[in-house]
Amino acid sequence: MFDIFANYGGQLWSGFGYTLLSSLYALIGSLVVGTIFALFEISPNKVLRVIGHIYVEIFRNIPLLVIAMIFYIVVPQYIAKIDGFTAGTIGLTIYTSAFIAETVRAGIEGVPVGQMEAARSNGMSYGQSMIHIIMPQAIKIVVPPLGNQFINLVKNSSVLAFLAGFDLMYQGNVIASTTFRTTDTYFAVGLLYLIITLPMSYGMRYLEKKWSAERSED
Amino acid sequence: MSMIEFNNVEKYYGKFHALKNINLKIDQGEVVTIIGPSGSGKSTLLRCINGLETVTSGQLLINGYDLADKKTDMNKTRKNVGMVFQHFNLYANKTVMQNITLGPQVVLKQSKAQSEEEAHKLLELVGLNEKANSFPDQLSGGQQQRIAIARSLAMKPKALLFDEPTSALDPEMIGDVLNVMKTVAEQGMTMVVVTHEMGFAQEVGDRIVFMADGSILEDHSDVAGFFKQPNDERARVFLSKVIKHM
Ligand SMILES: Nc1ncnc2c1ncn2[C@@H]1O[C@H](COP(=O)(O)OP(=O)(O)OP(=O)(O)O)[C@@H](O)[C@H]1O
Ligand SMILES: [Mg+2]
Repeated sequence: MFDIFANYGGQLWSGFGYTLLSSLYALIGSLVVGTIFALFEISPNKVLRVIGHIYVEIFRNIPLLVIAMIFYIVVPQYIAKIDGFTAGTIGLTIYTSAFIAETVRAGIEGVPVGQMEAARSNGMSYGQSMIHIIMPQAIKIVVPPLGNQFINLVKNSSVLAFLAGFDLMYQGNVIASTTFRTTDTYFAVGLLYLIITLPMSYGMRYLEKKWSAERSED
Repeated sequence: MSMIEFNNVEKYYGKFHALKNINLKIDQGEVVTIIGPSGSGKSTLLRCINGLETVTSGQLLINGYDLADKKTDMNKTRKNVGMVFQHFNLYANKTVMQNITLGPQVVLKQSKAQSEEEAHKLLELVGLNEKANSFPDQLSGGQQQRIAIARSLAMKPKALLFDEPTSALDPEMIGDVLNVMKTVAEQGMTMVVVTHEMGFAQEVGDRIVFMADGSILEDHSDVAGFFKQPNDERARVFLSKVIKHM
């Protein structure tokens, strides 16, 4: 396995870089988009609620690969030319955002209704109540499941391999098919994924522990 | 002009008729207690007054503004009416001080210094100055409820609504909360209080309203007289149960 690193290190680390970059874009993008659609889903406005609901149900119930393929093949034909990396990252963002919307919605709904009622009768608007009272409490509920979504996101970025996205999985496939050293190659690839996901996993555990300790101190 | 005025108000939850032809006028400085069996619509009535529920038809005037009218700015009218809940509902992510000062800072645009100065006076009033930096879950129920009253008062409301403010409290804490409410009443606050505390209703209340099944069946300024001799049969049955229970 180490000679794979010695001979193809450049290729592997380049793939690692693309995987990291795609994950980072998709993470930020899906967090923003997912939170917006979560707010739609719980909005007092019925039209927004329906839009949020449709968005979530469509994109979490189609395989990621299909969404990515649509951006890779259909969008360039009719709308704009985009490369595999961009198409895959957009697909990944949209797919993950549907799950994040559900997670964030559940987190907001996990805050007791009395908190919103108290804020409203305290004179605050819906938006002010959300910002000062509901969201800060929802974040603590939402962080553990969000961490899982983000770890899934990194792993799912391997979809880029199907779209010539130059990511880690793509480079692994290339190396494996030229060297026929499949076992060693995919071990090396797996190891590089762990470099990204393990710190996330432990970061999550740390936060969870810290917050449950804070709670029991009270 | 009355401070709070219901004219032929109806309220439905879906098909369920929760408030039936409510007519009620409450003047500035009045303390009105509302009693009645569970499910009679007492909470619904209060929640309509500060816009947590919307009325289905009729007129609900607060300071002359009709809450049933879509043109009325709910946030503006709500600023004038505070609410104290059965389960306190203090902001769990804020300290006692922040619970009291958040509304004044965000809504009334008071400075931090000014809102904190006022908060200290209110903490003095409710006897909890030493708890300014505690979080709600570090306080007893009775203490939380007194903070909730202070939080409402910080907005300088024209009226305060109480929905069974002592029902979730251990018996030995009820007295402290009722004393604070009595002090607030003596300072001239307009109050509408849903309660099972018949002592409070008699001692502090200027008027008593009895509700059953979504309707107001009795409305008396002679509170003691009502307790001695209610007109309505359902009120008689209700009182006999509550008083025996006490
Ligand atoms: N959001 C709601 N949706 C549907 N029905 C409701 C809702 N809120 C209250 N109700 C119903 O309306 C009726 C009146 O409820 P309300 O809470 O006003 O009674 P209450 O007099 O405050 O009772 P309690 O003494 O138990 O607090 C009840 O039958 C209740 O089930
Ligand atoms: Mg009630």
